[in-house]
Amino acid sequence: MNARTEVLSRIRRALADVPEGERPEDVPVPRAYARGGTAAAGSPQVVELLTTRLADYGASVHLVSEGAAPTVIAQTLSARGAACAVVPQGFPPAWLAALDPHRVLDDRPRVPVRELDRVDSVVTTAAVAIAETGTLVLDGGPGQGRRALTLVPDHHVCVLRAEQVVARVPEALARLDPVRPLTFVSGPSATSDIELDRVEGVHGPRTLHVLIVV
Amino acid sequence: MNGPTFLGTPAFPSAARTALADTRLRHNLAHATTTIRRKREEAVAEVDDWEALREAGRAVKERTLRHLDRYLLQLEERVTAAGGRVHWARDGQEAARIVVDLVQATGEREVVKVKSMTTQEIGLNEALADAGITAYETDLAELVVQLGQDRPSHILVPAIHRNRAEIREIFLRAMGEHGRAAPADLSDDPQELAEAARRHLREKFLRAKVGVSGANFLVAETGTAVVVESEGNGRMCLTLPETLISVVGIEKVVPTWQDLEIFLQLLPRSSTGERMNPYTSSWTGTTADDGPGAFHLVLLDGGRTDTLADPVGRQALNCIRCSACLNVCPVYERVGGHAYGSVYPGPIGAVLTPQLRGTAAESDRSLPYASTLCGACYEVCPVKINIPEVLVHLRARVVDEGRTRKVPSPERLAMAAARSVLAGPSRLAAAQRAAAAAGRLLGRDGRISRLPGPASAWTEARDVPVPARESFRAWWRRTHR
Repeated sequence: MNARTEVLSRIRRALADVPEGERPEDVPVPRAYARGGTAAAGSPQVVELLTTRLADYGASVHLVSEGAAPTVIAQTLSARGAACAVVPQGFPPAWLAALDPHRVLDDRPRVPVRELDRVDSVVTTAAVAIAETGTLVLDGGPGQGRRALTLVPDHHVCVLRAEQVVARVPEALARLDPVRPLTFVSGPSATSDIELDRVEGVHGPRTLHVLIVV
Repeated sequence: MNGPTFLGTPAFPSAARTALADTRLRHNLAHATTTIRRKREEAVAEVDDWEALREAGRAVKERTLRHLDRYLLQLEERVTAAGGRVHWARDGQEAARIVVDLVQATGEREVVKVKSMTTQEIGLNEALADAGITAYETDLAELVVQLGQDRPSHILVPAIHRNRAEIREIFLRAMGEHGRAAPADLSDDPQELAEAARRHLREKFLRAKVGVSGANFLVAETGTAVVVESEGNGRMCLTLPETLISVVGIEKVVPTWQDLEIFLQLLPRSSTGERMNPYTSSWTGTTADDGPGAFHLVLLDGGRTDTLADPVGRQALNCIRCSACLNVCPVYERVGGHAYGSVYPGPIGAVLTPQLRGTAAESDRSLPYASTLCGACYEVCPVKINIPEVLVHLRARVVDEGRTRKVPSPERLAMAAARSVLAGPSRLAAAQRAAAAAGRLLGRDGRISRLPGPASAWTEARDVPVPARESFRAWWRRTHR
């Protein structure tokens, strides 16, 4: 008997107490927890909550108008002293208007990982954000790029629109496609491994700037 | 780069005695568990639907376990359709062999690892080392354990028994032997220690061709695997290598993508006491131009089906490895993780280890007794595992199994003696007179600190009050005639 057959038959033997005709849906799962948010996606309340939560993690958050976004993005990079930033395909070109094009690297052809290690910053959009937990979710869609881009550079600037912000975790999962590779980001990388105190900054980007376009 | 294993750990009582004598260990543990308990309490208190989430989490796990075969088959189909390969392993040895073969097929001599309880459980690093393959642990605490040639002592923070000064010493001593050395002027500031780990591991991440991980969840409906972490070392291992191998226990499957909305709320708050952990990655098979081109999922039984076969003990498989039960346990807080002789310490270890490994070894038989049954673990468990219930159930199982042994245990002799003494009032009265007389001989200041014979085992850990000079019944007869 191969391992697959044997494990499956062990499982069936172990479940001898489960009645023959029982279906999974016969085991009730009460979903009495909150599935929707207290405030609507994109409302000032959820945007404000996201801002506070992200700040708690040590991320910098700015609310900007559509018109001011290009300038603020450029300022964020120059304040950091970033000589060059990688920007994935599909990032809104209008938001790059105030950047020196020589300092912008697109990922075409793919930037090798060792080169990526020398890139100062990465600028992306996001798929959705969760206010209650202070979480940004990236799904590799337009403006977000492959996962390595938001991992190897030490500085991540993430630009999202207010309507992408939902209140709770269930609303966010409902908006996401699980077949895409997803990364949930809640603040800069951190560890609690030394005496269980949270220390910011290990392997992922140690500085996270979030710009919310309202 | 092999550390010691748990093999040959003595039974819990004697391992606990050694741990209790280590004052630095007790100080480190008390500090860490107090910190994390407070953080968890705050994180849970701000969630208005916490109890509803716990109940939903428990129910999803129950549904899954009762139909596990069906969900595993669905998972296999989806992972395969998404470009992954699924392997099945009856036990840890088989799982380790599958991984070794897969790594050898790539021709690589080293792998980078995400922190994974399952790969600890199967002794993967040792199996890889035997095949000449170096496994680099990349989680900060795992790195401390590996560099310190130590054993993990906590599910979430394997180096919880080490304080910052000890971590500094280990980094200074051992980093240079395995790659980039720690700076000579390294202080014990956690920020600096984290920076040293970042620099030490960076080179390994950038050159790694093979990553090895576990997974916190597998979604049957979509074939999605999920890893929850803090540091970004997980993202490095899951994203940069060409080949990814994930070793996951069969109980980690959940039916639907929607079900994750429960566990992604329960786990971080229970575990690190955060609203959300810094990074969660999910992937489904392979994706063109993003991440590893080859994905292998190794599904491990390793005693899980034995656990499943016990309708009371089965609930231990609900565990999502948050470690909240360790942090609230008065026993764990005092003895630490090593005394449990398993990668799964604390209350959950005391119910999981004897079920996964069986109770043939004395160390595993002693685990269901490593508890005061206070119930704090049940209260904090995010998936409502009734640990005290399972502990009592397993104690009964250990005693029942003992009945078939040829040489009776002292406990069985004592129980037989008690049965005979309690069988009639005159026998009881005689025994009480004898005890009072013996107590006058053995006692000092109203206490007996050492009983003779097999009963000495009982007084090793506690004193016995000297029996009264006269029994209650004798006193009643004398004064109420």
